[in-house]
Amino acid sequence: MTPDARPLLALRGLTKRYPTGDLALDGVDLEVPPGQVMALIGPSGAGKSTLIRCVNRLVEPSAGEVRLDGEDLTRLGRGALRRARRRMGMIFQEYALVERLSVMENVLSGRLGYTGFWAAWFRRFPRRDVVEAFRLLDRVGLAHMADKRADALSGGQRQRVGIVRALMQDPALLLVDEPTASLDPKTSRQIMRLLVELCEERGLAAIVNIHDVALAQEFARRIVGLRQGRIVFDGPAETLDAAALTRIYGEEDWSRTIRRAEAAEEEELA
Amino acid sequence: MAVSTAPDGTPLWRRRTPRGDLLVWLGWLCGVALAVACFQFISDRTIWMFVWDAPQQGADLVGRMFPPRWEYAHQLWKPLWDTVNMATLGTALAVVIGVPLAFLAAHNTTPSVVLVRPVALIVIVASRSINSLIWALVLVIILGPGELAGILAIALRSIGFIAKLLYEAIEEIDPTQVEALTATGASGAQVLTWGIVPQVMPAFAGITVFRWDINIREATVLGLVGAGGIGMQLEASINTLAWPQVTVIFALILATVLVSEWVSARVRHHII
Amino acid sequence: MSATAAPFDAVAAARAWRPPPLIATRWLRWAIYLGALLYAVLGVATVEVNWARAAEGLERGARFLAGFLPPDFLTKREDILEGLLESVTMTVVSTAIGIALSVPVALGASRNLAPLPIYLFCRAIIAISRTFQEVIIAIVFVAMVGFGPLAGMLTLAFATIGFMAKLLAEDIEDIERAQAEAVRATGAGWFSWIAWGVLPQVKPRLIGLSAYRLDINFRESAVLGLVGAGGIGDTLNTAFDRYEFDTAAAILLIIIAIVLACEYASGWLRRWVQ
Repeated sequence: MTPDARPLLALRGLTKRYPTGDLALDGVDLEVPPGQVMALIGPSGAGKSTLIRCVNRLVEPSAGEVRLDGEDLTRLGRGALRRARRRMGMIFQEYALVERLSVMENVLSGRLGYTGFWAAWFRRFPRRDVVEAFRLLDRVGLAHMADKRADALSGGQRQRVGIVRALMQDPALLLVDEPTASLDPKTSRQIMRLLVELCEERGLAAIVNIHDVALAQEFARRIVGLRQGRIVFDGPAETLDAAALTRIYGEEDWSRTIRRAEAAEEEELA
Repeated sequence: MAVSTAPDGTPLWRRRTPRGDLLVWLGWLCGVALAVACFQFISDRTIWMFVWDAPQQGADLVGRMFPPRWEYAHQLWKPLWDTVNMATLGTALAVVIGVPLAFLAAHNTTPSVVLVRPVALIVIVASRSINSLIWALVLVIILGPGELAGILAIALRSIGFIAKLLYEAIEEIDPTQVEALTATGASGAQVLTWGIVPQVMPAFAGITVFRWDINIREATVLGLVGAGGIGMQLEASINTLAWPQVTVIFALILATVLVSEWVSARVRHHII
Repeated sequence: MSATAAPFDAVAAARAWRPPPLIATRWLRWAIYLGALLYAVLGVATVEVNWARAAEGLERGARFLAGFLPPDFLTKREDILEGLLESVTMTVVSTAIGIALSVPVALGASRNLAPLPIYLFCRAIIAISRTFQEVIIAIVFVAMVGFGPLAGMLTLAFATIGFMAKLLAEDIEDIERAQAEAVRATGAGWFSWIAWGVLPQVKPRLIGLSAYRLDINFRESAVLGLVGAGGIGDTLNTAFDRYEFDTAAAILLIIIAIVLACEYASGWLRRWVQ
């Protein structure tokens, strides 16, 4: 973290209260500098998902500011909000591909924010978008699948298509919601590694919601812990210790969780 | 298929091949041309002069329909009761005939695939193809005007409906449950009542209530051809141009249909 | 429906073994059985049947059937052809218009897409269109635009809107939200969002329903003629009025044949779309 760098994303007093009365976020302050991959951990219902959805306003925040490059997203009108959304790629837990469309169509749907309705309707995307789509599909090893329907793919493949779709937006920030929740352990690690590599290649910042603490420690440089809508931990991955985990998740024997992360790292090196 | 390479080596992507694109466009063109041609045909048989003053006619009609003659409603309770009766008894009759028919028509319960099933299917198709209003038309000629013709018309149309949906449900049952019962040494009739009937019971109830709901609507118009119910009052009121009475009839039909829809939704919700 | 349960003791008995019983409260159960019985008795008792007239029915029916045979396709072939063409054209145009209009109504009638006022408005359209039997709507349209196939076409188009919009809206309300949300997150505009996030999910249903409705519209077009709204029903009604039962039989056979053909075609189309 370079404290002098202007933050890419800054949340100020972000609060979300659902109509049911549940307070999902309670005055969250958070800054993410450009190019930083940040893991957001916390128990189920802590507000992780709400937080990243408040950033691109898939969920409307009740109070507070969301500044992307200094621009307050909470005040934007519909058109301006759509333009702002193009700069924030989102990756979903259950992949959220449009299953009846082909892989290529799903990838190109990342360009919808830049393409007029009729051009998109007739699938007439600019040449460079198509070239970029092929380049990215090739990068994640799925170029040969371009014409397969999305529901014919395996979980890991679908998530890679989901990543490519988000990258097609040419974003500055990735919002990643539990990318590995429906994947097996090996695929989970592959997907996380791919994500981190791609972020490094393109200098992208990312907020990654994840509930696997070991994965978070391994792949993210910075970890933020959320509990009941408040940030209770914020620091480099190495400083996440048993005391911090207790603050985030509550009392539990954490020694094995932390050791497992270290063991996994050794295994990786071996 | 839709991926190709441009001369300069960059990859290209289209949703379809050029041939596929052409076919889709041609398909749309044919569809639109057909619709336009059909409209042209209708237009030739239309006196457009009458159509242009349709808004005025409509306004005129509404003007004649209001205020409704509410006291006329007192003469409508009996026809309304008859209408509901026609729908209910017709549905009941259709169930009595349609259920055995369904078991005869379903692949897995029919006594004979070669002999019985085709006959059952023909009965179902004949019943389904003809609208209950046409059935009523025929039956009024045979039996004379009245509710009996209406009940039979409703039943004749509903037999095919109930039997078709029910035999499809029977064909989709879980065969392992039937196997398990057969393995206990149960007789054919026992397998039927223990293994198959419980499985299709929710579908059966849903179908029956659904058809009853439709039949209420149908029963409201059967009177137009003389088969009893509130449709006869409608016919009479229209023929005498008593539009304020027509309004009352419409309102009553609206209320009845809404109630029947509510009842059927509740029952289906309760069962499924 | 209560009366329909009555003739079904064997099935009701089979249900008694399945826990839990359909109606848990004992007195309510008996009250419903009793009510059903009472209704059945009352309902049957109040049916006024002219038994003397009905008794003639068998003989009349036999004569009637004899009149049906052999079906006469030829004597009135021009009238039949004209009626058929009217029915077919009515069906095609009304289905096309009905589908085109039902899509926006369906979008408006989906609670997950539309704001409350639009939702209520579209639901009201659906309710009106579905409440009245086609024949009643046809009466109103005939009064407005005069006799002929145009009234029939308008009727069927109107009925199509309610039918399609209701079923399509149900499907739209059942879409996977995540897929639609993902498309929204790319910054897509509203129309692109519908076209990419919602439409692909409901397209098979849309095509299946359209084929089904085409089928229904043809069947209905065969009865609208009874109130003067054109189509083969007009020809059929005339044939009955003139006691030309052999021609009527021919028309009925033609209707059955076309309905069967439609049904096979739409069944095939729906399987192909899946």
